[in-house]
Amino acid sequence: MFSAQMVSPRSLAKAPEGDRSARARLVLAVLALALLFVAALSIATGASDASALGVIQGWFHQSGEATLSDRDRLIVYDIRLPRIVLGILVGAGLAVSGALMQGLFRNPLADPGIVGVSAGAGLGAIAMIVLGGTALQPLAAILGIYALPLAAFAGGLAATLILYRVATRRGQTSIATMLLAGIALAALAGALSGILIYVADDRQLRDLTFWQLGSLGGATWAKIFAAGPIILATLAATPFFARGLDSLALGEPSARHLGVPVQRLKMFTILSVAAATGAAVAVSGGIGFIGIVVPHLLRLLIGPGNRYLLPASALLGASLLLLADAVSRTVVAPAELPIGIVTAVFGAPFFFWVLLRRRGILDL
Amino acid sequence: MSNRRRRAGFAKVMGLAALLMISLEPAHAQDDLPPAFDDPSRIVTIGGSLTEIVFALGEEERLVARDSTSTFPPEAMQLPDIGYMRQLSPEGVLSVSPTAILALEGSGPPETIDVLAKASIPLVLVPESFDREGILRKIRFAGAVLGENEKAEKLAAAVSQEIGAAEALTKDVALRKKVLFILSMQGGRVLASGTGTAADGIIRMAGGINAVGEFPGYKELSEEAIIEAQPDVILMMKRGGGLDADDSELFANAAIASTPAGQNKAVIRMDGSYLLGFGPRTAGAVRDLATALYGETD
Repeated sequence: MFSAQMVSPRSLAKAPEGDRSARARLVLAVLALALLFVAALSIATGASDASALGVIQGWFHQSGEATLSDRDRLIVYDIRLPRIVLGILVGAGLAVSGALMQGLFRNPLADPGIVGVSAGAGLGAIAMIVLGGTALQPLAAILGIYALPLAAFAGGLAATLILYRVATRRGQTSIATMLLAGIALAALAGALSGILIYVADDRQLRDLTFWQLGSLGGATWAKIFAAGPIILATLAATPFFARGLDSLALGEPSARHLGVPVQRLKMFTILSVAAATGAAVAVSGGIGFIGIVVPHLLRLLIGPGNRYLLPASALLGASLLLLADAVSRTVVAPAELPIGIVTAVFGAPFFFWVLLRRRGILDL
Repeated sequence: MSNRRRRAGFAKVMGLAALLMISLEPAHAQDDLPPAFDDPSRIVTIGGSLTEIVFALGEEERLVARDSTSTFPPEAMQLPDIGYMRQLSPEGVLSVSPTAILALEGSGPPETIDVLAKASIPLVLVPESFDREGILRKIRFAGAVLGENEKAEKLAAAVSQEIGAAEALTKDVALRKKVLFILSMQGGRVLASGTGTAADGIIRMAGGINAVGEFPGYKELSEEAIIEAQPDVILMMKRGGGLDADDSELFANAAIASTPAGQNKAVIRMDGSYLLGFGPRTAGAVRDLATALYGETD
């Protein structure tokens, strides 16, 4: 198998299990089932006692439809369902973006934030929260409740484009330059955010803190129609990146000799990650750890071949985010815990445990 | 959901928006009160002062939930908590099956307000200002939506009279004291109140002068600005749990120690929701603060 040859020399020296594609296919099937299960669980649970089962029964009995209360239908169709769809999109988008970045940068620490998109999106969101009533008021008035997600998306994309321009010379994008410029840009965005935080009032500060902690709350179909196509386009493009990224694991010159159009691969990967992450962050705020934990977990299971890793990341990312959201919705019901807290509280110790147990194995 | 109902919901939201705009105009309080809820039997209050007012009106058996800022009276704590007022979860609110919602201006987020409008749950937003009028307006709004205008007028009159009496305590004070409200001291950095805050409002009502008048909201104050401000008294919230800056930490700050407040060790600590709630208890807070500032004046 091509993907099996692409593992790094170090793991080859340890005589790996050989072809893991059969196992990978099994894992994919299990993950798909798990996602279905978690989605069903999510639609059935929540702060209220609204019965999803009743709604489903309503589909089969015309008369049953009438017995269902308006409130239950509203909760299932207009609150839980959009939230689940959004959770799947965001979770899959973040996990796949993470896997793509780790492949492109050949660095296990890379996450979508590395292309500046998180810093830019954060700055865009903070600017809209703090200045939405004053300097950006005309814009906020036109865009209404979509002002915040759009500002975040625009900020994220702008930051990535700047980084990409800085790192590209004579048609070649230097990954190292991009990494370093990303640190500089993040510092700059952090400073500008700091200025905005300084002028913010205490109410805006609370909004800002909650935005940074992330939430799938406030999911609407409109948000899904806005962010969905962007994230789906990235997911649909991943099969075309997989082979190229596998070759890239051998180093850029080797990949070029293998016939991979390295520069084009970099450009498309960076832009689609920026778009998908930007869209995800725009509709859900800052949700950490999915982009790092999910791909690493899967590499332990099915190896680093991107052909299986990328779709598996999408499935596991979606499942984990839905699960985290179910916790965030129910644990302090009827109030809600920001989901970023849940992913970090469970994600960080788990990641730590993996690192301690299997020291060294995560060196790509 | 039918189109007609959606339109009705939309109209309701627009109506509320219009209502809000009108009531931000200065006090012709009587005219622009909202109509009573159709069914005020299961109410959620969002905003600590509104919850207090519903209790003060004796209508607490209507309450089915509160937000996390509603911590007084103690019985309120027994109601389910639907979270922070600006981060309400739509399903969380719907799960307590409210028939109507009474919320302080700024409750949200807008997506949740949208869903509640869609669920045809009437919601009234009450504007807030940090003075006597603001408190009376909250009481009248609460009374109007509950259909208890008379009770509300009675409570408003009593509260107004109490506040008037409390404010009168300090009207003959010749030398007004400059008060510095410190929200928190994190690692010696002083977060102080400027203008337009609840702290600014209560200091004014108690006959003090806010020592910091240059900026709106709560901001970090530099050491030089503290010396410049020359506060006579430091005002802080009593939080308990050992998190407060105690006197030794407060006066370890060289800038604070050099001010009149530091030299006289003049620190007043009061319960946060009592001091800054701007509800029915505010008259008491004004009286206590005035007494702490100027002693028994009458």
